[in-house]
Amino acid sequence: MNFNSIKAIYKFEMARALRTIMQSILAPVLSTSLYFIVFGAAIGTKISTIDNVSYGAFIVPGLIMLSIMTTSVNFAAFGIYLPKYNGSIFEIMSAPISAYEIVIGYAGAAVSKSLLISVLILFTSTIFVDFYIKHPLLMLFLLILISITFSLFGFIVGIWATNFEKLQLIPLLIITPLVFLGGSFYSVEMLPELWQFVTKFNPIFYVINGFRWSFFGTADIAITTSLSFIITFLFICLIIIGLIFKTGYRIKG
Amino acid sequence: MISVKNVTKVYSDNFYALSNISLDIKRGEIFALLGPNGAGKTTLISCICGLIKQTKGLIKVSNFDTLKDYRKTRSLIGLVPQEFPLDSYESVLNTVNFSRGLFGLKPDDKYIKNVIQSLKLWDKKNSSIITLSGGMKRRVLIAKALSHNPKILFLDEPTSGVDIQLRKEMWDMILQLKQSGVTVILTTHYIKEAETIADRIGIIDKGELILVENKENLINKFGKKSIIIEFGEKIYEIPDKIKDFDCFITNDNLCLVIKKLKNNNDINITNVIKIISKLKIPVIDIKTEESSLEDIFLDIISERVKGEL
Repeated sequence: MNFNSIKAIYKFEMARALRTIMQSILAPVLSTSLYFIVFGAAIGTKISTIDNVSYGAFIVPGLIMLSIMTTSVNFAAFGIYLPKYNGSIFEIMSAPISAYEIVIGYAGAAVSKSLLISVLILFTSTIFVDFYIKHPLLMLFLLILISITFSLFGFIVGIWATNFEKLQLIPLLIITPLVFLGGSFYSVEMLPELWQFVTKFNPIFYVINGFRWSFFGTADIAITTSLSFIITFLFICLIIIGLIFKTGYRIKG
Repeated sequence: MISVKNVTKVYSDNFYALSNISLDIKRGEIFALLGPNGAGKTTLISCICGLIKQTKGLIKVSNFDTLKDYRKTRSLIGLVPQEFPLDSYESVLNTVNFSRGLFGLKPDDKYIKNVIQSLKLWDKKNSSIITLSGGMKRRVLIAKALSHNPKILFLDEPTSGVDIQLRKEMWDMILQLKQSGVTVILTTHYIKEAETIADRIGIIDKGELILVENKENLINKFGKKSIIIEFGEKIYEIPDKIKDFDCFITNDNLCLVIKKLKNNNDINITNVIKIISKLKIPVIDIKTEESSLEDIFLDIISERVKGEL
């Protein structure tokens, strides 16, 4: 394992995050606070509890998921897309570094940034609502697992994208709607039967509910189903990345 | 140092970017790869550096296979690309340190300072790349390529868009690298560059390596000497004894140009003077010109084009 190379990519990426600290770290915290004000104060007064959890507390895992998924995908996608865009990827591809070391560097930085934002959102949440975490270790494990999975997915998006529009396409037009419709702000049981059925085809639904289970010990689906789904998605991403490097898809001639 | 054996690169549209290239580059030499646009120079470099995977053939660097032992081969190579692929908002020092780290080496402030100083960039070490001139960016790329102390340096069009003074400074730097034992491979459109600094020259066209020669041998073998006789009156016919040679009368009918290969001794100035003196046309001047590497390059490429027509 070439640790110095991984460290170089990781440090470079973290320096990029720090250069844009207002946009990359403070913006998600501010938007989360706004969600609490809008959803918690306005809608929360109409909904008392869901599964004996106050509405304000109920949306905390969903808000963390919203941030962690969009941050992981965006940061990892931008991370690998920018060297492709400015041509500096030649240096990475000609360095004595393996495909998986490259991925560890980029995805590692995206995971770090996502975790940092998650912790900030978690602390911000305590200002607005009282909540507890029933399974803190599982919550931490899921937080890391989900950010790794979505960072890998973001890496794939960054390789696939051939312009800035495509780079934004999946995070904005696919991930964000799926997070909103995957039960971030409501229980699936609150929906009509048809929409309950449709929601089960939303992959993000399984991720959010698994994470919510670690908070409250209750969710719309079993934790094992969620875990199986997340791990399957992780392996799919790893296989795709393996194929990308094997074939040189959009990175090698 | 580098052994390229029967390397072919075919793209999906059945375009042969490289066709059965074989080439050996010796340790410590400066090898110039010449060729017109799209000849395959950058593709060949990219295959050796690992940026492109060859379709067929074997490439070895220091006896290591570039595909199987890529960590060993790539750690020996530094690459300066044609364009300016740099992160605009990164500082000079950070980007050079990043390159060193990327090649798996621990930070070495002293070495990096030496590299940056030798390229006259030390006073710009904390400047963002975006604020630098084209010449400075080119030097940053060289500093990045040298950051891991490579044994082989590839320079893809190193002096394109560089002013005359900087070009000469770069030639000096390349010669210094050679003296320190670095093998340098450069591609260039600027034939004067190859003529000035290269030890050996390879000419590539349409993905085929046409020839590889020692620079002096190439000039001796393919170089032509022109004997130019300027007359005081118009001349309309080439004298019989000269007709068999490669010669022509200029459009203004005032000069006779006789071309000969440098190593061809069948014709010499003494004989030419004897023949001309019998014409009874006043001679104003007799001069000789030797073809440059550029002339030789153009002759070789145009001969190939003629052969295809």
